[in-house]
Amino acid sequence: MSTIVQAPLKQTPGRITPPSERKLKNHTSFSQTLRNTFTMAYRGLVKIRRTPEQLVDVTVQPIIFTLMFAYLFGGAIAGNVQNYLPTLIPGILVQTVITTSVVTGVQLREDMDKGVFDRFRSLPIARIAPLSGALLADTVRYAIATTITFVVGYVIGYHPAGGIGPVVLAALVVIACSWAISWIFAFFGVIARTASSVQGISMLVLFPLTFLSNAYVPVKSLPQVLQWFVNINPISHLVTAVRDLANNGTVGADLWISLLGAAIIVVVFAPLTVRAYMRKA
Amino acid sequence: MNAPRYSADTRAGSGEDWAIEAHGLVKTFGSNRAVDGVDLLVKPGTVYGVLGPNGAGKTTTINMLATLLKADAGTAAVFGHDVQKEAQIVRQLIGVTGQFASVDETLSATENLIIFSRLLGLGRAESKVKAAELLERFGLTDAAKRPLKKFSGGMRRRLDLAASLIAQPPLIFLDEPTTGLDPRTRGQMWDTIRELVASGSTILLTTQYLDEADQLADRIAVIDRGRVVAEGTADELKASVGTSSLQLRIEDAADTQDALTAIERVLGVRGTLTPEAARITAPMADPDRVTDLLVTFREAGIHLTEMSVQKPSLDEVFLTITGHDAADQNETTPGSDENGVEKEKVNA
Repeated sequence: MSTIVQAPLKQTPGRITPPSERKLKNHTSFSQTLRNTFTMAYRGLVKIRRTPEQLVDVTVQPIIFTLMFAYLFGGAIAGNVQNYLPTLIPGILVQTVITTSVVTGVQLREDMDKGVFDRFRSLPIARIAPLSGALLADTVRYAIATTITFVVGYVIGYHPAGGIGPVVLAALVVIACSWAISWIFAFFGVIARTASSVQGISMLVLFPLTFLSNAYVPVKSLPQVLQWFVNINPISHLVTAVRDLANNGTVGADLWISLLGAAIIVVVFAPLTVRAYMRKA
Repeated sequence: MNAPRYSADTRAGSGEDWAIEAHGLVKTFGSNRAVDGVDLLVKPGTVYGVLGPNGAGKTTTINMLATLLKADAGTAAVFGHDVQKEAQIVRQLIGVTGQFASVDETLSATENLIIFSRLLGLGRAESKVKAAELLERFGLTDAAKRPLKKFSGGMRRRLDLAASLIAQPPLIFLDEPTTGLDPRTRGQMWDTIRELVASGSTILLTTQYLDEADQLADRIAVIDRGRVVAEGTADELKASVGTSSLQLRIEDAADTQDALTAIERVLGVRGTLTPEAARITAPMADPDRVTDLLVTFREAGIHLTEMSVQKPSLDEVFLTITGHDAADQNETTPGSDENGVEKEKVNA
């Protein structure tokens, strides 16, 4: 039996379900928050794939910085380049990856200026998702920068005595801490009016913080006042933690201090950032 | 029937009966009261037009109703749910299509729709099906993989609307959906809006085009400087400015002032002068009196080169109510009104 079904000229969508027959809830569950965050992170990854040129800072910068600092300071600080590498590579790793996290704030600002963020705010999704998703996607950038720094270090002769396991662990710690720190720059990104001002403020904070640390030079060579600052600088703790892991395969107090610091940053800045984001029209 | 200033019936007690119920909405930006006590009542299953010039407060009003902006004063509910206290519920009931396409420029149309679908809780496979279905419905299948940078304004607007329809929301906000579109694309957008209403959606539409409100909206609120200055059906609004208008072109421009005086004396209304065309427009409540006017003109020696009668358009409604032209700060009103009469632009 054959029936000829006349296709309607225009597809009319099904009747809209009236509001009274819908299941509605005013709260966002934790699992929905996670789901939304992963979807937003997926969006971030697709964007990276679409515009690979934005990866320049995590690819070229680690190569240039590592080579430049190794050959510039190696002889002066440690006698030769080879002896300097175990000190330098963890330092430059932390500095590079954390600097990369500034871009998170800048890109978030640019992203928020676009209309699509208006739609995100009108959707019944977790309020934090557009931010947490973007920050999560950026851990991919940190992973790229971390890998490249270690590879360049390896090529010019850095062979971490700690072995591959601790090196991977060190890399994960750096990525996790950078993710935490990126909440600070995300906050700047949300409250700043332009993307370039985010860059400006962030660099102003980051430059003294990364250079006034034990990343490049032995602390003992510094004047008393600077030593005091360098020793309380959280970046120094992170650098020491990475050195312990990569060079000796040991876990010291510095690792726990770094992770605790990272946790505190997230606890303080994540709610602040979301609040500011929600208030922004 | 004369339209009262605010004629929406308020017999409904519970909020469930209204798709939108807003009372005394106020939003201030610095010293500028962008929205200054707006009341709106929108019946489910209808198109409600919010009409006003640029900067009248239309977008700000939508943003407050769509939970994007917090009102400084007043209350608003969507299907009985308070937009502030139950914001997340309201977001489950609305779709918002902004004035500027709120889609991701760097992604393709498909990627955009899949991401929005995933955010709305659809599964991976479901999202793909939904995206394909919506692209098909809005005639974007061919462009599905192209980056949005290469999309025309109309395509972008369609994608934007498609993204608003993923969850099949019962209430859709369309903020100037046809601004900047060419006439053909505008017609398509109008058809889409009519289809949406046919499927049971409620639509709140803002526009600065009077003919658009006239064509689509069941009821219209005229908004000016943050206030609702008139509300009613298009017919009610038109009736409020008189049944028709008399248009006169005076042969000798020097007689214009005398003609205006005569109109005021004989018809009891004030004529409006279009400066560049030296044409006088006057509301004509009683056609019978026109004879008297013409006799008066002859006696006074005022000669006409042209005389016509035009049914009222919303343009005149707007002019009469607000004292200035709808397109004041704006480019031309597209198209023509329902009678197909070309309208003069008043650059007041």
